[in-house]
Amino acid sequence: MVERLLALMLAGLLVLTPAFAKEAAPAVANPALEARMLALAGQLRCLVCQNETIAASQADLASDLRQEIREMLARGMTEAQIRKYMTDRYGDFVLYDPPFKATTALLWLGPLLLLLFALASLYVVLRRRQRASPDAFDPDTPDDETDLSIP
Amino acid sequence: MNRFVWPLALFLVLAGFLAFGLRLDPREVPSPLINKPAPAFTASLLAHPEQAMTKADFAGKVWMLNVWASWCVSCREEHPLLVDFSRRGVVPVYGLDYKDNRQAGLAWLQRHGNPYTDVLSDPDGRIGINYGVYGVPETYIIDRDGVIRYKHIGPVTEKVLRDEIEPLVRRLDG
Repeated sequence: MVERLLALMLAGLLVLTPAFAKEAAPAVANPALEARMLALAGQLRCLVCQNETIAASQADLASDLRQEIREMLARGMTEAQIRKYMTDRYGDFVLYDPPFKATTALLWLGPLLLLLFALASLYVVLRRRQRASPDAFDPDTPDDETDLSIP
Repeated sequence: MNRFVWPLALFLVLAGFLAFGLRLDPREVPSPLINKPAPAFTASLLAHPEQAMTKADFAGKVWMLNVWASWCVSCREEHPLLVDFSRRGVVPVYGLDYKDNRQAGLAWLQRHGNPYTDVLSDPDGRIGINYGVYGVPETYIIDRDGVIRYKHIGPVTEKVLRDEIEPLVRRLDG
């Protein structure tokens, strides 16, 4: 009796299951918009975990900002406008590609300045050596200073 | 002797830069909102959801906006200081309950004390985004003309309240 009831229930389950199954909904409603959003968010720094982009970050704020960008794009705002929206709130720091201006000049020109400084020092050192008399240099010493010859 | 002077000088300069870098907090991003008009908002009150406040309600007075949430651990750290600070009546302290559940927020205030004249509610974090909030707690000082004069990211300390916020409020009020 019990077995028959169980079998009946199992059969019922089997019959009912497909009715509950649904095809997976598309992950995003508008793939084109999503792609534009991700492209833009990929150029912006997440302020919560500062080494991630807003596109990649799992932080709450990043997902809020992704939603914000989605809505702004849907409203027809240009990428430049959205970038301005972000810098108005978080400063140039959000841009992974900061603009060249007075406050970022050292950031952009720093490596060039270091290179120039290194080249200048190299030049000075080489000129000084060129002018030095030959006896200013240590004579070449052989690798082996100890005398290994058998007397 | 002379050959050691340059490397030593270079080392000292580099060490100086590195020591300076160690004292900087990379989490403290200078806010572009300082000395700009505070973003407008309309927010319902945490305790009275049917009432709303807007930025215009604050015109003509210096006030402090403290962004907090019941889920925020470091808010608990600064909270006793705020309770103390608001009791001294230096400046009206308003709260912004950021991305929080109303019940949880109210319960949190009941448990830890309520330093706020009023608490604005920002359940979806929209006001927070406009104010550039990225690390709760954050504290703003807004002047009579509705301009943001100061922003502190992270929990305020006794030193910050005493050496930065109080003198600033005095100056703005004076």
